[in-house]
Amino acid sequence: MTGTSASTRLIATSALLAVRAIRRHVLRSFLTVLGIVIGVFAVVTMVTLGKGASRSVHDEVSGLGANVLTVLPGTAPGRGGGGEAPPPFKLEDVDAIRDQIGGVTAVAAQAQVSATAVFNAANWQTTVNGADNAYLDAQNWAVTAGRRFTGDEEKAGKSICLVGSTVAKNLYANQSPLGTTLRLGSISCTVVGALATRGQGGFGQDNDDAVIMPIKAVQRRLTGNREIRAIIVGADPAYDSKDIQQSIAALLRERRNIRSGKLDDFTIFDSKQIADTLASITGTLTAIVSAVAAISLLVGGIGIMNIMLVSVTERTREIGIRLAIGALGHEVMLQFLVEAVVLSCVGGLIGLVLALGASIGLSRLLDLPFVFDPLTNLTAFAFSGLIGVIFGYFPARRAASLNPIEALRHE
Amino acid sequence: MIGPGQVPLISLVGVTKRFGTGEAAFQALKGVNLDILRGDFMAVMGPSGSGKSTTMNILGCLDVPSSGSFVFQGHHIENLGRDQRALLRRRHLGFVFQGFNLLARTSALENVELPLLYRGEDKRARHTMAMAALDKVGLAPWARHTPAELSGGQQQRVAIARAIVTEPAVLLADEPTGNLDSERSIEIMELLTDLNRNSGITVLMVTHEPEMASYARTIVHFRDGMVDRIERKAA
Ligand SMILES: Nc1ncnc2c1ncn2[C@@H]1O[C@H](COP(=O)(O)OP(=O)(O)O)[C@@H](O)[C@H]1O
Ligand SMILES: [Mg+2]
Repeated sequence: MTGTSASTRLIATSALLAVRAIRRHVLRSFLTVLGIVIGVFAVVTMVTLGKGASRSVHDEVSGLGANVLTVLPGTAPGRGGGGEAPPPFKLEDVDAIRDQIGGVTAVAAQAQVSATAVFNAANWQTTVNGADNAYLDAQNWAVTAGRRFTGDEEKAGKSICLVGSTVAKNLYANQSPLGTTLRLGSISCTVVGALATRGQGGFGQDNDDAVIMPIKAVQRRLTGNREIRAIIVGADPAYDSKDIQQSIAALLRERRNIRSGKLDDFTIFDSKQIADTLASITGTLTAIVSAVAAISLLVGGIGIMNIMLVSVTERTREIGIRLAIGALGHEVMLQFLVEAVVLSCVGGLIGLVLALGASIGLSRLLDLPFVFDPLTNLTAFAFSGLIGVIFGYFPARRAASLNPIEALRHE
Repeated sequence: MIGPGQVPLISLVGVTKRFGTGEAAFQALKGVNLDILRGDFMAVMGPSGSGKSTTMNILGCLDVPSSGSFVFQGHHIENLGRDQRALLRRRHLGFVFQGFNLLARTSALENVELPLLYRGEDKRARHTMAMAALDKVGLAPWARHTPAELSGGQQQRVAIARAIVTEPAVLLADEPTGNLDSERSIEIMELLTDLNRNSGITVLMVTHEPEMASYARTIVHFRDGMVDRIERKAA
């Protein structure tokens, strides 16, 4: 019979009454809490996907080990330029970077061509990268079976190759590719090694869908020219990759005779920068969705306030009865507050369930890991309850301050 | 007529009640003096607008007098605050209204349990006490029925069960038979008489009908916001 146990019983009974009232007006209650459903749904889905995305970027970057800079001819999209296609790089550019820039661990030239790989009856459209062992070093890319190229094989441009795990899976199934002869378009090569799986790239591309051949072999037999499509630079993590980027840019500008005042005709991508960019895009999206959700929650709160005011008016006589038989003002207030909180929590719960479904579905669709974060869910749920308290307060206080005599006369 | 040494349960001295202010002000009670003995069954009669309900509301601690004194069980309570009056109602008073005033879509049992909830009784105690009260008014078999499924007489008996479940000192009933036919009215009067005689509850009842007033031991006649005369039956 203590005050606390009486309030506890009152809260329990009020919650029960609230659930009954919600069941009695399912549609009305649902429409009332729709704003909260949408708000909670949007925030939790976005935060969950954001966490998945940053987890995936984080895995990607840590999988690369050191920073990898990729130097491509041409300007990055959105930086203007246009006009003539910029010239490709030369083998001498690669040597110059290796010899003159500090803080680089490996520098590799890459020639690239797409080709259909055929083994027995199976064929698979893939990318053939002309490269060397430095290319593997720069990207921390391991050979899991067989071996890498030897220096002589690289110099001679022999027809040998390493297969990425996607290619191996599609052409060889469970069979070992080592020692087999793989047809690449009009030529063929002997498989000497299988590459470790690296997974998705920062833009969703499959890094494992590739065959690597010595660059000389690709240039001579597939592309028919000496063009280098990309220079891959492994950067020592002890150095600031911004400095390395600047040094490489200065060197290439000199070697490509770009006068001062003119823009670069090449672009340097930094894997870390890509990760940062992705993270900041996710952050921006989360902020936008959060703003939308905040408005939605506000609308939801006003909806709850409105329906609670209607409820107080509809139930004026009930309030009069409760007050007459000895309910205290704060006990009536508590009852209506509990109703508002139950209502908004039901909305929050629906939002969480929808968000769970949507994040699982969207993670699968976007190929992101699904990261269930209990704290996010709990916070969103608590917040929906808080909205019930805030917006239920005014109607509850109105109920509590009614005059019992007048309330009993109310029709 | 009050015997020596008999202290009244309730005593109103010079109670006035004024509604509104200025031009629109209305003096509903103009100095009511009234002693109510413990265990009395008092009927309040008088023309419409004579201040019967206003007096009952003050006696029921639902309203406060504008002036005068109100002593209940030896305590001055004319200056009590809202919550203190609510606690007094919870502990010592039971109400029966003309319009029954049960919670709709709520079973008879839950209606009767309601005052116990605010007293902090646990579920089991609430159930036991409410069933006992329903049994007293002869409606135990109807415990699970909602007001809509009960007749007017039955609804008023549920309301009486709700009023007595807390074992109050005083039961206040403002025209409890106003909405009932004479047969049901008599049932209600017999129930009130039984509660007064056998449970020792002091009953205060407003009525227009002399037939209902005849069940009471004391009849107070109101006129123009004042007590006109008091009839007391010999015991
Ligand atoms: N809340 C109020 N505001 C203004 N006048 C009131 C109020 N309550 C009662 N009155 C007036 O006081 C007088 C007495 O009312 P009441 O006690 O209800 O009479 P009755 O004897 O019929 O029960 C009536 O004239 C009524 O109009
Ligand atoms: Mg009246």
